[in-house]
Amino acid sequence: MSLLAQKNPAAEAHTDSAAAFVPDQSRAERTTSYAVSDFPVPSGREEEWRFTPVDRLQSLFRDEATGACLEWTETLPDGVTLSTMSLQDWQASGAPAPADRAAVVAAAHSGGVGLVDIPAEAELAEPVRIRLTGAERQVVHGHLMVRVGRFARATVILEHAGLSDYSEMLTVLAGDGSEVTLVTVQEWDDESLHLGQHDVVVGRDAKVRHIAVTLGGGIVRLNTNASYAGPGGSFEGLGVYFADAGQHQEHRLFVDHEAPHCHSNVEYKGALQGETAHTVWVGDVLIRAAAEGTDTYELNRNLILTDGARADSVPNLEIETGEIAGAGHASATGRFDDQQLFYLQARGIDEDTARRLVVRGFFASIVGRIGVPEVEEHLMEAIGRELEGAA
Amino acid sequence: MSTLEIKDLHVTVDTEQGTKEILRGVTLTINSGETHAIMGPNGSGKSTLAYSIAGHPKYTVTSGTVTLDGEDVLEMSVDERARAGVFLAMQYPVEVPGVTVSNFLRTAKTAVDGEAPKLRTWVKDVKQAMSDLRMDPAFAERGVNEGFSGGEKKRHEILQMELLKPKIAVLDETDSGLDVDALRVVSEGVNRAKESTGAGVLLITHYTRILRYIKPDFVHVFVDGRIAEEGGPELADRLEAEGYDRFLPGAAPADATPANA
Repeated sequence: MSLLAQKNPAAEAHTDSAAAFVPDQSRAERTTSYAVSDFPVPSGREEEWRFTPVDRLQSLFRDEATGACLEWTETLPDGVTLSTMSLQDWQASGAPAPADRAAVVAAAHSGGVGLVDIPAEAELAEPVRIRLTGAERQVVHGHLMVRVGRFARATVILEHAGLSDYSEMLTVLAGDGSEVTLVTVQEWDDESLHLGQHDVVVGRDAKVRHIAVTLGGGIVRLNTNASYAGPGGSFEGLGVYFADAGQHQEHRLFVDHEAPHCHSNVEYKGALQGETAHTVWVGDVLIRAAAEGTDTYELNRNLILTDGARADSVPNLEIETGEIAGAGHASATGRFDDQQLFYLQARGIDEDTARRLVVRGFFASIVGRIGVPEVEEHLMEAIGRELEGAA
Repeated sequence: MSTLEIKDLHVTVDTEQGTKEILRGVTLTINSGETHAIMGPNGSGKSTLAYSIAGHPKYTVTSGTVTLDGEDVLEMSVDERARAGVFLAMQYPVEVPGVTVSNFLRTAKTAVDGEAPKLRTWVKDVKQAMSDLRMDPAFAERGVNEGFSGGEKKRHEILQMELLKPKIAVLDETDSGLDVDALRVVSEGVNRAKESTGAGVLLITHYTRILRYIKPDFVHVFVDGRIAEEGGPELADRLEAEGYDRFLPGAAPADATPANA
């Protein structure tokens, strides 16, 4: 009998009464399924929906096909193919199953999976680009898979713009030893809704970077889940977001370390300005008993530029083995630093320019690591425009 | 020829215990080419004087005037003061992560001059000034003060003084936290900048050590928010020997002390 079992029975009386309502003991226990009926329509009281304005998302929870599509513009480098995959083949492919109501509805009603295939050992000189635009607010279910062969090196850029109520499933299967960067850019019009589940399966010794850039949209909520198909894999999740008045931007990450000697690093930075701007960042990391030698870190920083904005930031770390290389997280949300402003102004720099410098500097550490120069430049310009919008 | 004129300056600061008067009537005139040392014990208001001249929002000027060549400095915003030619080398320079030194210097130079510097001469000037201050060229690509050591921060402050060429430079405890070698390098930088621009310098310090490298024309002893005694360089020698004890509470009033004590 273990010593731990001999606890003071009285201590059990101190159990937090709220704990009785917590459905999952571990992040791993959350439901995943291909059946819509396994996911009730969220009420907003559920742990994974508690920050989200679910009342405005009802159209995306409805269990019916609309047949509507976004407009696709794709650029495929030589060797890369785009085809359609059946739902059955997708389910058999090793893709993780939907993990919430919106995702299961999107998977069920998208009418097939768009499959981007990058062959084994391909070295793409140019990124794969897929630009998705909508012209009106109608419900669109999207389903995409990016399959990267062994030892291939590829960058995939997904851009979202225009007007839509969009719900999507995206799977990235990164083959053994591959190096993949996926950039997803959300520059929707103000009224658009976008719910997404992005699953990244990291092959043995593969390196995958998932980069989320969210600037537009009324509600954008991305769930990015990383898992490992073998040892030695590395996942990096980078994110940049900028919320204005009326925008809700939510980024949830779940890194599931099941294989040994894998690495993960998550860094998200956001700025908020204007009344009712709301951002949510949730970073869950689970290190399972088998995942010895895991090295993981998560960081979220928020810069609040004006009164009335709200940033929620929730890092969670669950560790089932002591045999790890490292595990940590950090979260900080702060106002604009007046000392920085004073320092720059004391060098003759006017207040507007000084603010822009500080905010650009805040994002620079992440933007500079995207590694796709045109995306970096576009992003810095977009951030500049967001700041001008405040003035 | 420029003149910074401070007349009967009173400054308060809001604390948790209420409003506190820090400066109680400071009068001081600094002309181009002059070096004034302000010395005084901790808490005497030296840094408050520096920040008030630069326009830090934490400090409220309740009465008195500060003018630069007749222009009302107190009416100017922080950046306007800098563009008018007032420079403050800070005791605790602020980190601005992600903004590179080279971008920052170019932005500041453009702001102060009202036009972008000529690229070729500017790059050369920056390199030369950095080399004179024994700064590694890699500094230019680091974030402003980000992870800088105390000595690196002070060199970076003086680098800015050399490049921005102010009319009046206020150096707030630029010597604190420096070892002898760094102190010499930084002092040489100040002397170089002064020689090339003819700036007036207000050197605020707790110690006399820096005055071996930067020769003051005037020394002002600052106690309890005002200037308690003034003199030439010999006053610094006397402070070196005697310390500030005779100016502190409990000691006889400074003006009652015989001049030959």
